[in-house]
Amino acid sequence: MADGNTITARGIPAAIAPPRAGTLQRLARRRSTLAFLMTLPLLAVIGGLVVYPFFYAIELSMLNKRMTRFVGLDNYVFLLGRETFQLVIFQSVLFAVSAVIAKALIGFVLAHVLHTLPARGQRKWRGMLLVPWVIPPAISTLAWWWLFDPSYSAFNWLLAGIGAAPVPWLGDPGWARFAVILVNTWYGAPFFMIMYLAALKSVPDQLYEAAAIDGASAWQKLRYVTLPMMRNIISITVLFSLIVTFANFDIVRVLTNGGPQDRTHLFGTYAFQVGIQSGDIPLGAAVSLFMFPLLAIFAIFILRGVSRRTKEGL
Amino acid sequence: MAQVSLRRLVKKYEGDVQAVKGIDLEIADHEFVVLVGPSGCGKSTTLRMIAGLEDITDGEIAIGGVVVNDIPPRDRDIAMVFQNYALYPHMTVFENMAFGLTLRRFPKDEIRRRVDNAARILDIGELLDRKPKALSGGQRQRVAMGRAIVRDPKVFLFDEPLSNLDAKLRVQMRTEIKKVHQTVKTTTVYVTHDQVEAMTLADRVVVMNNGIIEQVGPPQELYHNPTTKFVAGFIGSPAMNFIPARLENGAGALRLHLPEGIVLPVPPERTKRYAPHAGQEVLFGLRPEHLTEEKPTDKANIATFQVRPEVIEPMGMETLVHFWLQGTEVSARLDPAVPAEVGRPLTLAADMNRMHLIDPRTERVL
Repeated sequence: MADGNTITARGIPAAIAPPRAGTLQRLARRRSTLAFLMTLPLLAVIGGLVVYPFFYAIELSMLNKRMTRFVGLDNYVFLLGRETFQLVIFQSVLFAVSAVIAKALIGFVLAHVLHTLPARGQRKWRGMLLVPWVIPPAISTLAWWWLFDPSYSAFNWLLAGIGAAPVPWLGDPGWARFAVILVNTWYGAPFFMIMYLAALKSVPDQLYEAAAIDGASAWQKLRYVTLPMMRNIISITVLFSLIVTFANFDIVRVLTNGGPQDRTHLFGTYAFQVGIQSGDIPLGAAVSLFMFPLLAIFAIFILRGVSRRTKEGL
Repeated sequence: MAQVSLRRLVKKYEGDVQAVKGIDLEIADHEFVVLVGPSGCGKSTTLRMIAGLEDITDGEIAIGGVVVNDIPPRDRDIAMVFQNYALYPHMTVFENMAFGLTLRRFPKDEIRRRVDNAARILDIGELLDRKPKALSGGQRQRVAMGRAIVRDPKVFLFDEPLSNLDAKLRVQMRTEIKKVHQTVKTTTVYVTHDQVEAMTLADRVVVMNNGIIEQVGPPQELYHNPTTKFVAGFIGSPAMNFIPARLENGAGALRLHLPEGIVLPVPPERTKRYAPHAGQEVLFGLRPEHLTEEKPTDKANIATFQVRPEVIEPMGMETLVHFWLQGTEVSARLDPAVPAEVGRPLTLAADMNRMHLIDPRTERVL
């Protein structure tokens, strides 16, 4: 390697020896140049698929419906005054917060149960519990849609079996909201489970042994050892899941298509309806960008906490 | 504070692997006992059974006269210092030390008093607000000891606490541990694989091998009067030389016939002890420090013989000389002023007063 440590025949470091190769050649040989060239394809992909669409969406959200005139924040102001959009904000927050809490709790419990199983049984259960997460959500949601069907569904068949009245799972606003949250939880809980399981495995056994000798009960070990040791992974999974859940599209699209009476619309499905189906692309872009500032601030706070704890050795 | 009793203690793991094979041990109140032995000898398992971190397969453990077999660790009134310190990384030094007392709902003033007192003993007063990551290995070790001291338990358990420290710090912390024990006088069970640690710290050393106790005794007794080949070889550094020999009786005096024609007289005062073994093949055991250069002395029973050194290791305060007698490596400890050279004949003096004879079949010292 022709880096600064190379020694010339007369013992002079190459970096201060008289230049022999061309400037371009030397630039190409530098490690930083090589590293930049190797990451260039990735940078191009990120630039093309993330950075450009993001800024293009911002630009679009500030145009009129025919995309001929710059209207500033008019689209955002218009959306805020619209009752349906206020409902979408409420529903998105309700959907994301309750689904993330449910996924985190179920994932945490499952991870603990798996962690206590012997290694052989654990592998088998881990594989089975991950299945919901590896099936494409559009396909698994179709199965759920059938389960929720008012006339032929398995759930209502079971209810009929015990003499209960059938439930309009996807026809009643309350039950429909419950259904989309349930399916999202079913789909996302394995992700939390696997992340928490990895975090649990990384907590040294000796900390639990030290806590046992210090006098901690099982609950106190969880409270004072497990949870503080998992705070970083909990923060990151919650942040990641919150962003993905806010942006959810496929489950609502397949299960309820936003209905009944727009009562299950989220930012993603509403943006699709407004922007693509109704042909108002600038308004759709404004819908899709609405949560960005809030999520960005939330992410900054969480990541700052993660960074601080990492420096403290957690 | 309390005495600790182990009675016919057995630990079996899955697949019928027996880690501890029925040991008996009585540890007195205030005593500092060190369990020493090679990896896999069962010493750590024994300590963990005393702590309650491992279930007991058979036998009994009593602390302060109370059988604790079915009592969980938190109710045994013990404190343990782990090899990798096991400090809670999210807590400050103060919180780490106070944790056990907080869980036991001690008043805040009492917690502060105890932590300050332990911090003073261990000289870590200025570290109380730091997190473990900001501490050096030695400081972490002190905090781990502090966490044990504040509890004022019946028994201290140490599981190879100095293994993660560098050689210099290990010596320093060894002294600290001894000092702390002299101050708090709590009954202590200490596990190590380092015989120097065992010898320097212990009131009594328990040498374990292959799940059993080979010998128990004060360090000097183990050094001078080992009862088995294992103990003779394990205690002392460099290890004792074991040279195959034949014990012969000639004209009322016993002699040892070593390889390469070396014949050493057995001290007359040992004749009665060894006479029944005359004519047998034995192992002649002699520590390197008892095989030195020839020097003017009025000591009786010094036998000399000539060797050709094959490896010489100058250590500063002494020189180690290694040579081979028909495939058996033998070491001698010489004064550094002795001009030893590889290949040049050297006369060595064996202090036969310190010799040991071992039966090669039973591996017991005769």
